[in-house]
Amino acid sequence: MDAILLQIINGLDKGSAYALIALGLTLIFGTLGVVNFAHGALFMLGAFCAVTFSKILSISQVVIDPTRTDFLGNPLKVNTPYVEVWFGDFGTALLDWSVPLSILMAIPVMILIGIIMERGLIKHFYNRPHADQILVTFGLAIVIQEIVKAFFGANPIPQAAPDAFIGSLDLGVMVGFAENAIIYPYWRLIYFAFSALIIAGVFAFLRFTTFGMVVRAGMADRETVGLLGINIDRRFTIMFGVAAAVAGLAGVMYTPINPPNYHMGMDFLVLSFVVVVVGGMGSLPGAVLAGFLLGVLESLASMPEIKNLFGAIGLPAIDQIIIYLVAVIVLLVRPRGLLGKAGMMEE
Amino acid sequence: MAKHNDKLVLLIFSIIVLLAPLLLAPTGAAYPDLMQRFAIYGIFAIGFNILFGLTGYLSFGHAAFLGVGSYSAVWMFKLLSMNIIPGLILAVAMAGLFSLLIGYVSLRRSGIYFSILTLAFAQMSYNLAYSVLTPLTNGETGLQLRLDDPRILDAAPVEGVLPSTNLFGLEMREVFWNPTFMGYELQFNYGFYVSAFFLILSFYIAIRIFRSPFGMMLRAIKTNQTRLNYTGISSRPYTLAAFVISGMFAGLAGGLLATMDPLAGAERMQWTVGGEVVLMVVLGGMGTLTGPVLGAVFIKYFENIFSKINAVVLHGWFSFMPTWLENFIVMIIYPFVGKGWHLTLGALFMLVVIFLPGGLVDGAKRIGGLFRRKTKQEA
Repeated sequence: MDAILLQIINGLDKGSAYALIALGLTLIFGTLGVVNFAHGALFMLGAFCAVTFSKILSISQVVIDPTRTDFLGNPLKVNTPYVEVWFGDFGTALLDWSVPLSILMAIPVMILIGIIMERGLIKHFYNRPHADQILVTFGLAIVIQEIVKAFFGANPIPQAAPDAFIGSLDLGVMVGFAENAIIYPYWRLIYFAFSALIIAGVFAFLRFTTFGMVVRAGMADRETVGLLGINIDRRFTIMFGVAAAVAGLAGVMYTPINPPNYHMGMDFLVLSFVVVVVGGMGSLPGAVLAGFLLGVLESLASMPEIKNLFGAIGLPAIDQIIIYLVAVIVLLVRPRGLLGKAGMMEE
Repeated sequence: MAKHNDKLVLLIFSIIVLLAPLLLAPTGAAYPDLMQRFAIYGIFAIGFNILFGLTGYLSFGHAAFLGVGSYSAVWMFKLLSMNIIPGLILAVAMAGLFSLLIGYVSLRRSGIYFSILTLAFAQMSYNLAYSVLTPLTNGETGLQLRLDDPRILDAAPVEGVLPSTNLFGLEMREVFWNPTFMGYELQFNYGFYVSAFFLILSFYIAIRIFRSPFGMMLRAIKTNQTRLNYTGISSRPYTLAAFVISGMFAGLAGGLLATMDPLAGAERMQWTVGGEVVLMVVLGGMGTLTGPVLGAVFIKYFENIFSKINAVVLHGWFSFMPTWLENFIVMIIYPFVGKGWHLTLGALFMLVVIFLPGGLVDGAKRIGGLFRRKTKQEA
């Protein structure tokens, strides 16, 4: 029992990442009708926002300390980040909290990138076939990826979570299991809570604001909303920015879990597409539900018991293929996905 | 444009392919390994074009068939004989079967769903090849020849030497003619001519498919599938046939890759390889005959030649300029060559999709048309 519980919460953090990326993909698809293959690249850009932010924070003043020497006998160079020089302990805290703080930078940057992408490129593809949209965003993903590689190199750049969140929480003890049965790293807990917050925020934004109401109306019937004298294009552009920001934030907070490298976007992209399709093209709750579901399923399938169970019927490495298997079955049995509307994208 | 001069096209194509070691010499690409890759990826792209170019079904999963072809060919080399014929036959057959299976499932959906399904299948096959199927694929190491393989049809090999792939005794790697022509050392080897033979054969098959009623039907699917269905024709058998044909081409390409170097790894099945063939076909010109081959040559040339240009070479090129200008230009160009050639490729790909949906072939046609119009005006 505790093993199953452990796997379920283990799946939640990956599931949160899937859900956030899939949410952004669905937002773009539902509003603009565009399949965005560059969405994984936006996730990756978010992660590199965190890297850039911590690089900026740790720009250092180099002081030669004549009293000490390094192992070669030369005077020791002491690097002190400027923020520490200027703000003392507060600066040290800033450095420590650079990942969460980089959210402040990532939000405007990602919204801007999203809006530039939509106005500069995707706008011109509304009337072209879906294959063209896929191709051009696929090309864009390659370009973004290579630009990031040119700037940051090909190696992963580890980012540390704040000291306060390093270590694990013994969840099992709280609900009555034995000690150390269910332990869970703090940061993953934070990631889960954070993504739940973002998801709730997006839904609330669409549900309870006038802007969100107009956007939902536009998703239902773009033409009529346009005829009512509302500039729906501008709102959809902003929604693209929001979707980019959601993907970017997912990337920012993911950096302590998985050191960002330039191709992390592509790795997540395939799975996010599967998530979107399983959840139902154009259905926001579907994307979130499928994201968590597949994340949990993936981690459940990696349990030895389950592996042996499926191994007995001839599927030994079920954890490697479970997501794709589920996707294939869902698409064949229920083509519109778990919560999708019928007739979406059925040309 | 009403009458297609296919025989002439095929003839010119064959001559160019057969003379490739000579024609490519000034470009620095005339070494057997690279030319063989040109031919093999040309076959891959021609096959992919039959599916994507004619029916418009965008598959991201064709890398799986390439991988299946490679694995089957290597197994034949291990079990039966180092002669490439059984290997290639099994490669094509296995890829055909595999694509029948995947195609049957994926083609139940169309549009974006089809793309995602094939993507999922490709990634699934890749994961399987990496993990579960290790007895068949040798997992991470990749499937390799070993000295103690049975090879029941072959004579006992020389002690301690791995045999190499051959075609009835002609070793694929062997360079049979090595003349010097106009200062270039030319290399003619068997491997390239085997691949070239299959490339010309594939090209011929593609021409026949393009001009056949079957090809017309595939084009009708691309143009308006709903309407086709309303006329009482089920499009599924046609798309499935196209899918299997393109899968078999991919299998052949995979098998030929294994004849070049008898080693098959799972990374050949990754979906990015399937993405590369999409790049080739779109860059060259989808739905055209010569486009895919052109795209394949273009990308492989970039991958092997362009990526070797480094700062020193660049400085050499621009050394006639004043130093500040030289440094400036090198600084601008440098991120786009060498290790950054993928950036150039991505940017070029985007430009082609945005401005030239017909690909390079279409571009050439347009430029040709421009000149023709000019001469007419002058006349």
